[in-house]
Amino acid sequence: MKRRVLPGLPLALGITLLYVGLIVALPLGALIYKAGTLGFEDYWRIVSSERAVASYRVTALSAAAATAFNLVFGMALAWVLVRYQFPGKRLVDAIVDLPFALPTAVAGIALTTLFAANGWFGAPLAAIGISVAYTPLGIMVAMAFTSLPFIVRTVQPVLEDLDPALEEAAQSLGGSDWTIFRKVILPLLTPALMAGVSLSFARSLGEFGAIIFIAGNQPNQTEITALLTYIRLEEYDYQAAAAIASVLLITAFVMLALTNLLQARALRYTQRS
Amino acid sequence: MSAAKPHKPPRVGDTPAVRRTLIGVVLLLGAVLVLAPLVIIFAQAFSLGLQAFAAAIAHPDTLHAIFLTVVTALIAVPINTAFGVAAAWAVTKFDFPGKRLLIVIIEIPFSISPVVAGVAYLFVYGLQGLFGPALASADIKILFALPGIVLASMFVTAPFVARELIPLMQAQGRDLEEAATSLGASGWRTFFSVTLPNVRWALLYGVVLCNARVMGEFGAVSVVSGNVRGQTNTLPLHIELLYHDYQTAGAFAAASILTVLAVVTIIAKVLLERQGAGRRTRVSVAAPTIMSGEPTK
Repeated sequence: MKRRVLPGLPLALGITLLYVGLIVALPLGALIYKAGTLGFEDYWRIVSSERAVASYRVTALSAAAATAFNLVFGMALAWVLVRYQFPGKRLVDAIVDLPFALPTAVAGIALTTLFAANGWFGAPLAAIGISVAYTPLGIMVAMAFTSLPFIVRTVQPVLEDLDPALEEAAQSLGGSDWTIFRKVILPLLTPALMAGVSLSFARSLGEFGAIIFIAGNQPNQTEITALLTYIRLEEYDYQAAAAIASVLLITAFVMLALTNLLQARALRYTQRS
Repeated sequence: MSAAKPHKPPRVGDTPAVRRTLIGVVLLLGAVLVLAPLVIIFAQAFSLGLQAFAAAIAHPDTLHAIFLTVVTALIAVPINTAFGVAAAWAVTKFDFPGKRLLIVIIEIPFSISPVVAGVAYLFVYGLQGLFGPALASADIKILFALPGIVLASMFVTAPFVARELIPLMQAQGRDLEEAATSLGASGWRTFFSVTLPNVRWALLYGVVLCNARVMGEFGAVSVVSGNVRGQTNTLPLHIELLYHDYQTAGAFAAASILTVLAVVTIIAKVLLERQGAGRRTRVSVAAPTIMSGEPTK
């Protein structure tokens, strides 16, 4: 067995455990404990109430729609950035990260102003009968904005490393571009796409700042789960807040496990090819 | 076609029609979804003229919000950086049971809604929380004050520095450090002369992203701050308050400060990526999968 020669394990591990324990584990433990003090019946009554269930539906459906949009748009964006040359390409590549860098509250008021009935985009859309702000569509726009970079950034490196020989082989066999894209390229991108989709969906489920400005926040219609938690707090109904927050927490853990699984697969896949 | 001259067809999707259509659609959607929000922030901020903009920024409440945001970052970012370095050192230079679990736990704050983080802190330090009654009787204020804001910011940014360093230090291995210590260098000397120069860009990259998130955090801070005007309002909370007060131009003036910060962050990110930082973690936001290259004992 190799002798350990590097110093600093007790100090480094000590700091790490102290930080993780105090900053991450303690609050999450306290939240789970608080939710646990509710009896099962009370807990179930709160988390399965009509308003709560409506909030899960709005959140999950909007997140799914936003992720589906980003799947197509993010994929197209990654494709354009990797395969084509055009003026301003590096600027576009850099600006893709804006949704990560821009504070969510700033994104929220900007998107609301753009898509309000008198806004730059809201007014023309209102003229053809589509309202975005203060509807579920607005929630979708905010989620699509905040999670846009995920799919672009997971697909981009895989697309860059794609072996041109595979496409050439398919072309020499007489495949059309569309067929080659579907049968050769897309399968190679699928693991990265799935990893990006799970990251994007998870982020959309938890998003708060960008959404509350544009959503309208009508109970049972445009109220996301994170906001319902917040409202229960403002009503000093701490037990309900804990119960609903625990639902978000459990969902986050499930998504984290799923993301790790998909990323492990994506990485194995890229290493093999 | 004759086989005499090898003719290479264009790459898939590289016909002019497809290329132009795709570039056009993507740029149009990008302009609507990403560029337009950026433009409207400044258009609204200056909608009442330069003087109104200056007055909005110079308002005591706005100045105090800027001050509080900067103070929060000055406390949270260095502590978070020290933690990230310590975690990366522990995880990449040693093998111990539970290492993978530790890495997963460090990544947890990424997947949790900021509101949930804020609520969780209420149940530790709030009156209805674990330590709340004890803190109240000792007259120590954590929630609805600066310490709460700093703690919540530290929670949401916990993985930022660590996740940049861990994959890089993992890939660099332990040989250099082991050589340095076997030649008699102390642990600190080894870290500052051997490890740090090799990871400096990745470290700075993590710090820049961490800072941007701390200064822009809304959900978690909103729950723990109490939103007292001119007291516990950080800049993002102040923006919300002005916006709901129908002081749109003032809200966007305050927002334009954070937008400049975001743009500076992106420029710094691009420059640091040219130095090789960040690329490694592109595929894997969660580090554990990247560790699979190394056999665990």
